[in-house]
Amino acid sequence: MAVKVIIPTPLRQYAGKQESVHVQAGTVGEALSALTGQFEELKRHLFADDGRLRSFVNVYVNDEDIRYLQKDQTRVKEGDTISIVPSIAGGAQN
Amino acid sequence: MLRRIHTHGVETYPHECCGALLGRDGDGTREVLDLLPLANRRDDSPRNRFEVTADDVRLAEKTARERRLELIGWYHSHPDAPAHPSEYDRDHAWPWYSYIIVSVQKGEPRDTTSWRLHDDRAGYDPESIEITAHLASI
Repeated sequence: MAVKVIIPTPLRQYAGKQESVHVQAGTVGEALSALTGQFEELKRHLFADDGRLRSFVNVYVNDEDIRYLQKDQTRVKEGDTISIVPSIAGGAQN
Repeated sequence: MLRRIHTHGVETYPHECCGALLGRDGDGTREVLDLLPLANRRDDSPRNRFEVTADDVRLAEKTARERRLELIGWYHSHPDAPAHPSEYDRDHAWPWYSYIIVSVQKGEPRDTTSWRLHDDRAGYDPESIEITAHLASI
């Protein structure tokens, strides 16, 4: 199934400067795998060393946060839009 | 613009302030033309942490579009701490964005720095800050 993945501005430089990429996938996890398979450099910015999504990477399917769905097992269908949205964090001390 | 960041840092002291940098991304130079001050969502540890939620990031992107600008980065304060990025800053940073940090010592704004994360996430480059008549270019 073809789904559209919207790439946030800071990551477009690693995705051929595209705002969105179409991939074939049945779940969110498959879509992100297809995306990082196509654009290897995206992987370190989306996933931590243990392979899980970084805590400040938010993923939505048609505007619904996948944390409230079935996370990376959330099913997608033809024409769905997956959005990757940053949250921003930091601070003075460790 | 820098004064507005300093004022925000003083207002929220001893907590960290945060906000969005709106402007233009040029060839090797960025111009900060407007700011969007935001609430620090880290209620549990606001003295040494800040967070901008995904909803607030979307608000910042929308605000930038409405003002015909780009969302080019973020600012935050380090209360009673130096203006250089901490390990926590680096670990949580996104590439491409400019990150401005202002040190607020005992309620007074001090040093201000700007930096960008390396592509490999292992380090960062400082950015020089130049104040122009009405604009702050980084």
